[in-house]
Amino acid sequence: MASNRRTIEGCFQLMGGAFAGAGAASSELKTVLMSLGVPQGIVRRASIAAFEAEMNVIIHAVAGTLHYEVTPAKIHIDVTDMGPGIEDIDLAMQEGYSTAPDWVREMGWGAGMGLPNIKRNADAFKLDSVVGEGTTLEINIFLTEENYADNT
Amino acid sequence: MELSGVVELVCGRIVVKEKDESFDITAVCTTDMMSDVLHFAKKGELLVTSLNQSQVIMTAEIADIPVVMVVLGKKIEKEMTAMAEKKHITLLSTELPMFTVCGMLYAKGLKSCVNGK
Repeated sequence: MASNRRTIEGCFQLMGGAFAGAGAASSELKTVLMSLGVPQGIVRRASIAAFEAEMNVIIHAVAGTLHYEVTPAKIHIDVTDMGPGIEDIDLAMQEGYSTAPDWVREMGWGAGMGLPNIKRNADAFKLDSVVGEGTTLEINIFLTEENYADNT
Repeated sequence: MELSGVVELVCGRIVVKEKDESFDITAVCTTDMMSDVLHFAKKGELLVTSLNQSQVIMTAEIADIPVVMVVLGKKIEKEMTAMAEKKHITLLSTELPMFTVCGMLYAKGLKSCVNGK
């Protein structure tokens, strides 16, 4: 986590199948946002979007990174993975559609709600994927000066 | 309903205590699908699940749910306990099945954290 005046950012390496460390990035982002005085509803939306994105990498990809940046204007989350890619993005965005294996479902994931949930919690959402190469996800949640108190 | 009352009602035990026994529980989320918690749960204080893994604690933290109850007497692994302590999530255990727990809590007037009914 690094602070540059009113910008705070962090970067996390994510490993496919590493469920034990899942949520570390989202948890740090949540702590940062709470320390900045961002309203609870916005903190919740950002944390959920980041957590779902983290889980997608851990479930589907070999490895990836999650980078977040918080400025007075927005919460920006970038997730890039080296994974199988998404063949049909429209299908992947449908609630309930999932390609997760059974063992992942037995752990409580793979309900096909991840990407729709990220989109629902984001103000802006961009998903790009190349089959056989990987997926990039860009999430933005906008802030105003009023809800970025910057108490640090 | 106070936390202590919930524990007594389901003949449960407190595995990790991060809230006072008087902590008020009004709304409950019940599922084994963690994305459902993140998608559907609104304001709630208790997650009832049969999963006994650390991701449940992480999900509860992200969804702002301060108490987790594991049903069916599932063995709670030390990793889950450690995560609950780290994230300040109160962790409960009961031998009862999920259906019975939910019925008991509903009968006591607790609401769903999905629609508040």
